[in-house]
Amino acid sequence: MTVLRAVRLRKEYGRDAGLVRAVDEVDLEVRPGETVAVVGPSGCGKSTLLHLLGGLERPTGGEVHLDGRRLDRMSETQLSGVRRKSLGFVFQAFHLVDELTARENVELPALLAGVPSRTARRRASALLERVGLADRAGHLPAALSGGQRQRVAVARALIGRPLVVLADEPTGNLDSAATAAVLRLFGSLRAEGQTLVIVTHDSRIAATADRVITMRDGALAGETRLNGGGGGLGALAGLESS
Amino acid sequence: MSMLTLVARLARRDLRHRRAEAFLLLIAIAATTTTLTLGLAVRGVADRPWDRTRAATAGPDAVATGDRAASLTPLAHAPGVTASAGPYPALSAALGVRGIRVDASVQGRDTAPGAVDRPEVTAGSWARRGGAVIERAFAGALRVRPGEKITISGHRFRVAGIAVSAGRVPYPSSTPGLIWVTRADLRRIGAPTSQVMPLRLADPAAAPAFAAAHRGVRSWQDMGAYATAELHLVDSALLTGTWALALLGVACVAVLVGGRLADQTRRVGLLKAVGASPRFVAVVLLAEHVLLALAATAVGLLAGRAAAPLLVRPSSGLLPAGSPHLTVASALVVALVAVAVAGAATVYPAIRGARTSTVRALSGPTRAPRRSPWLIALSARLPVPFLLGVRVAARRPRRVILATASLALTVAMVVAAIALHGDIARKDARLAGPGFVPGADNPVTEQVSQVVLALTVALLALAAVNAVLIAWATSLDTQRFTSLARALGATPRQVTAGLSAAQLLPALGASLLGVPLGLAVYYAARTAGGAAGSILIPYARLPLVVPGTLLVVAALTALPIRVVCRRPVARVLAAD
Ligand SMILES: Nc1ncnc2c1ncn2[C@@H]1O[C@H](COP(=O)(O)OP(=O)(O)O)[C@@H](O)[C@H]1O
Ligand SMILES: [Mg+2]
Repeated sequence: MTVLRAVRLRKEYGRDAGLVRAVDEVDLEVRPGETVAVVGPSGCGKSTLLHLLGGLERPTGGEVHLDGRRLDRMSETQLSGVRRKSLGFVFQAFHLVDELTARENVELPALLAGVPSRTARRRASALLERVGLADRAGHLPAALSGGQRQRVAVARALIGRPLVVLADEPTGNLDSAATAAVLRLFGSLRAEGQTLVIVTHDSRIAATADRVITMRDGALAGETRLNGGGGGLGALAGLESS
Repeated sequence: MSMLTLVARLARRDLRHRRAEAFLLLIAIAATTTTLTLGLAVRGVADRPWDRTRAATAGPDAVATGDRAASLTPLAHAPGVTASAGPYPALSAALGVRGIRVDASVQGRDTAPGAVDRPEVTAGSWARRGGAVIERAFAGALRVRPGEKITISGHRFRVAGIAVSAGRVPYPSSTPGLIWVTRADLRRIGAPTSQVMPLRLADPAAAPAFAAAHRGVRSWQDMGAYATAELHLVDSALLTGTWALALLGVACVAVLVGGRLADQTRRVGLLKAVGASPRFVAVVLLAEHVLLALAATAVGLLAGRAAAPLLVRPSSGLLPAGSPHLTVASALVVALVAVAVAGAATVYPAIRGARTSTVRALSGPTRAPRRSPWLIALSARLPVPFLLGVRVAARRPRRVILATASLALTVAMVVAAIALHGDIARKDARLAGPGFVPGADNPVTEQVSQVVLALTVALLALAAVNAVLIAWATSLDTQRFTSLARALGATPRQVTAGLSAAQLLPALGASLLGVPLGLAVYYAARTAGGAAGSILIPYARLPLVVPGTLLVVAALTALPIRVVCRRPVARVLAAD
């Protein structure tokens, strides 16, 4: 059983001499509740793959299935619906809205989904509590540390109760203490059965996943299955002490 | 010297680099300089044709009209009167020419000119037996030429000539139109019903007092006001329009500068990083804008000069007083205003760039968006497009104010134009009668309408440029926010609708504000122009301005919004 599946997924940029195969015939299956890490050197196509999986970009070829539905054939409007109901995104640059407080940032996707404002507000507050930022709900992003911002972004990704959370280098802009906090958060999500796809070029972070997929030049170059949650926590502990 | 070359080269390269922006800036400033040129060229021209006609025709300082000659003759010896002519017998008659029938006022004259009021014959010759002379504006409306056959109350005449006079306000500002025949011919047509006596006064300036003191006497000043009413209206329309255009031009420049501020600041930082002094940087920026301003001045002077004679035509019942002309001083004023407007575009980024540290300027500090807590809370309860629209608009309150003000100004001017048009049209309709040549245009109202039309077109063009610029700047500025909204599940339609709403909400406010403002402007301009009579405004049509404005703004802003929204979400979000 899979929740997210890519079949011979391909994305090309440019043409002729300038052709770049950012994603090259990638097959991938993600099971419900699984945490998959995608690693590889910079420029190998990790972000592009994630964008294709989330319907933010259209593949040149191949298929993307989410919960049994073909994303690659959907209209933009249908894709919006999928993003609203089934996906959550976390970005390296956080992408919080500068003029909105932490709580307003978190409730934004719910408002876009037509959730009544009071319900959205209640859910946002609960999620901020969950990521340990209840006391920062009224702060603007500028008044938060990098790690706090990313935790707000994770809360925002969760507000639509997504099937899958897609995270692109969620710790790429963070120092190691903040990284540890964000990783602890991902660890607890995983413990609750949230499906996660995390792109990273940091192999220590990848070690917290159920499965690590290595990419090279757009293609899958290897796959490692880690032994459950224990390995993840062990790696986390190692990171914290380093 | 090499310094100057360097500045020129840097300025030129930058202008070429952002051609579209430079072009829009040029249009904005040129629209302002053109109307400014027009306004300056036309100023004070209004009274000249009447003065010139008075001088050329020994125009009377006062004209007395009465039932009988005997009641007028004592006036010739009244204190203050130095000369007189007539009294001339006059009657009302039906003029027939080519099947057209129209009332005319016929005066019996001597073959030799009197001391006062000697009409200047501009075609043909003076009245003789069987030959009538027609006032030039009246003749123009009738399209008659010397030699043509006409009938006056059934009596056959030929048109002997066409003449201009300052003894009576030309057709159609006064009706019926005027015809001169010999005294003998007048007797043939019928018994005179009135007598007219032109007078010369010792003190022409005192003519209004003289007119007030004697029954049936009209002063030359009073007649002049009517004879040049259209020029005075054109004058005040141009004055109002010039102000509106100048303000819109400044608004355009402000939007352009605001939209490119981060960019310009970065450029200033770049130049500083390679060792240029802040002053040098400011000089380069200023050189660019002065170059644009001078080009806009040249365009404005040429266009304004070319347009002035077309827009400002005195009644053909008056003698032309030379086409409106530009003095060197006016040209300098136009250039100064253009440079000032362009300079305003320079000062802010130059100071900002010079002040901010090189590193910060280089990293391109985008202006932090404004936070309005109550608007954010309010918008959370609105449907998604309005939620997005309100939040997008609330990020840049200064731009919203600018957009609202520019649009309110434009709407006000359009409302004023509609009011004027309706006022004129309804008056024309009401004035149609036996004294007017059927089927002929009213040259007075036609000219005013043309000037207002030209001004409105210029204004709308500039307002359109402004609206597109604001939509473009807003869409570009909120690109990250809208892309994020898309990533979080907003549909493409919700986002474009949201950006449209961000333009339409200020537009709604502006149009609601613009209608009363426009009426106020019209009343003020009309009062300032000294127009007489009651105002007839088509109030029923004015509410249509509101949906009309919204439609136009929606259509104009759709393109920049669409272009920006088409950029792939992933690419915008990845560009950090
Ligand atoms: N919009 C684009 N246009 C052209 N090439 C692109 C674009 N986006 C990514 N690429 C190229 O695709 C490749 C993969 O990029 P990306 O997915 O961002 O890599 P990663 O996230 O692993 O660093 C790179 O060579 C990059 O230059
Ligand atoms: Mg990447």
